[in-house]
Amino acid sequence: MTTSWLLLMLIAVLYTAGVYLLLDRSLTRVLLGILVLGNATNLLVISAGGPTGAAALVGRAPEAAMSDALVQALVLTAIVITLGVAAFLLAIIHRSWTLDREDDLTEDTEDRSVRRRLARGEQVDEDELDTTGCEEVSDTDDDRAGSEAGAEAQA
Amino acid sequence: MNPAPGLVESLLPLPVLLPLLGAGAALVLAGRPTAQRTVSVGVLAAVVAISAVLLAGAAGGPKVVTVGSWPAPLGITLVADGLSTVMLLTSMTVTLLVLLYAIGQGTSDDDARTPVSIFHPTYLVLTAGVADAFLSGDLFNLYVGFEVLLMASYVLLTLGGTRSRVRAGLTYVVVNVLSSLVFLIGIALVYAAVGTLNLAQISVRMASVPPGTQLAIHLVLLTAFGIKAAVFPLSAWLPDSYPTAAAPVTAVFAGLLTKVGVYSIIRTQTLLFPISPVADDVLMIAALATMVIGALGAIAQEDLKRVLSFTLVSHIGYMVFGVALATPAGLGAAIFYVVHHITVQAALFCVAGLVERVGGSTSTTRLAGLAAASPLLAVLFFLPAINLGGIPPLSGFVGKLGLVEAGVQDGSVLAWLLVGGAALTSLLTLYAMAKVWVLAFWRPVDQLPAEEPADDRAGPAGPDRSGRSDDEDRYPVLIGAGPPRGPGTAAYSGELLGTPARRAGERTRVALPALMTGATVALVTVGLALTVVAGALYAYTDRAAGDLLARTPYVSAVFSQTVDTRVTR
Repeated sequence: MTTSWLLLMLIAVLYTAGVYLLLDRSLTRVLLGILVLGNATNLLVISAGGPTGAAALVGRAPEAAMSDALVQALVLTAIVITLGVAAFLLAIIHRSWTLDREDDLTEDTEDRSVRRRLARGEQVDEDELDTTGCEEVSDTDDDRAGSEAGAEAQA
Repeated sequence: MNPAPGLVESLLPLPVLLPLLGAGAALVLAGRPTAQRTVSVGVLAAVVAISAVLLAGAAGGPKVVTVGSWPAPLGITLVADGLSTVMLLTSMTVTLLVLLYAIGQGTSDDDARTPVSIFHPTYLVLTAGVADAFLSGDLFNLYVGFEVLLMASYVLLTLGGTRSRVRAGLTYVVVNVLSSLVFLIGIALVYAAVGTLNLAQISVRMASVPPGTQLAIHLVLLTAFGIKAAVFPLSAWLPDSYPTAAAPVTAVFAGLLTKVGVYSIIRTQTLLFPISPVADDVLMIAALATMVIGALGAIAQEDLKRVLSFTLVSHIGYMVFGVALATPAGLGAAIFYVVHHITVQAALFCVAGLVERVGGSTSTTRLAGLAAASPLLAVLFFLPAINLGGIPPLSGFVGKLGLVEAGVQDGSVLAWLLVGGAALTSLLTLYAMAKVWVLAFWRPVDQLPAEEPADDRAGPAGPDRSGRSDDEDRYPVLIGAGPPRGPGTAAYSGELLGTPARRAGERTRVALPALMTGATVALVTVGLALTVVAGALYAYTDRAAGDLLARTPYVSAVFSQTVDTRVTR
């Protein structure tokens, strides 16, 4: 099977960028990462269909010269699905924003309490710790205004 | 029962079509809860009946329908063989019972803000996706089935949009989108290698692909399905996200979603890549790790829902073990185990919902005296719990015994290791269940560690050790958000929450909501009935496993239907 080098390079670049974005703490970037990864995968599916040819319309070109129509149908379906997921993710990110005014991935409550327990020593009463959930908001405000160094300092 | 020829084929698309049409109808009927409930219950009951007919019909060999009569690589093939029909019947029965449970919960919560208009259509779409995944004879259609059920599951998991659900939902969505992308990459690779996506055609053509390429494609697909089935080390997302959802949602997810992943693993292993020693070994090791680590996780948890989520992960290991053995005995036991586990795990999550209703919490540190407060609830928990742990003569024991026997037959070092791991996991599961039982059900109320009594009451930022319910106090409790904690129901919660603990000394019996209890009783009964029919079911799953490993019944049934023999490219 022949496939275009250019397409493969593009897929590689998109995968790299997508994974990079996905690993970010900002939810909007996670969404962008998913979109980029989705498009990289769509290109991969297209390239799985073999070399490009004429449009797959009967009568325009001999059948052998046509490009594979099936992968195009598959990619169309995949695009629709990615769009739906993106819309849902946007809605839920917006919900997260209205709840917490933060665009960051909220940490697991267990993680948070373990970290605080470590910071303050084991014997601190857990119940007391859990009531302090509101301090998260101020933490992330610094985070957004400042830099990634702030996030690292927290961690 | 022997259905007329042609009948089975014409019924085949209905488990996918009916719920989708029902979802549309339910959406139109928004604002008329009674009509909506009638539609969804009616549709699901019909689907259960159709699945039973399909099960009977597929006994004579796989039944195939090419949708719209398009030939194989272009059109979509639906196939009902022994494996898919037994999965379909089990999952649809559980779905119907959990729907009744959800209706019971919604009704007795009697909350005007309940967005039932979203719940019912989404639930039906989920059902359609599950049915499509089970019946699909085409790899891409399997992907579409997955996406349909995942999309619905995203909505169900984040229902109500409370803070904890949004947080858990984000993890769940991102992880599952990634697994779908991996699946799509696998599809691209398969298509590039063999030029078709029809499962039967792939299985024939894959033989001519070089072994290295085969292994690469195989492992990509296994990774995708492994994430969906929550096989260790790809399982971390499950105990994090499932416990936050409403009880019926968790029950149906636990029963079905991971099993769709297991089903796909079985299909890939048997139909597409029948000879794959490397992948089998990988699966063996993954199964061992899944079983033991999941069970250890279950022991470490304090919250009942989290305990159950970890046992869910742990027991996926048993099924993967059976599949990895790649012998008829192992595969038959694995299919039997899937059927057993769908019912038992769903029943346990329904019970967890009832515990939350009665005790006001699912944390074992705050529950006590439930056996005295509600003996029926205690029985309902006890039976599936020991069934899960594998006490003879229940179906869990039969399934585990079958797996152990198959492992011993195999005789390799790895298989023996897994047999040991399976026995250990069974004991650990039993320990985790016994711990819950002793703490939540048997412990006398006065032994409950002293806590400020105000803890349980509805109020701003009520502290909860699990840290999950704090926001549900502040935001309206929507469908099945657990115990009624919203300010509007404060009187009710004052009546129930935290008090059985303090009042059980007076031997107050807590009344259980009728429909929820009825549905749970039915689920538990189905689980027990599996024990009664274990012999027949085991014979059935063994035959299904034999057919799967022989491959020819499936492939020839598909080829006799689809005329297409020309090579696409």
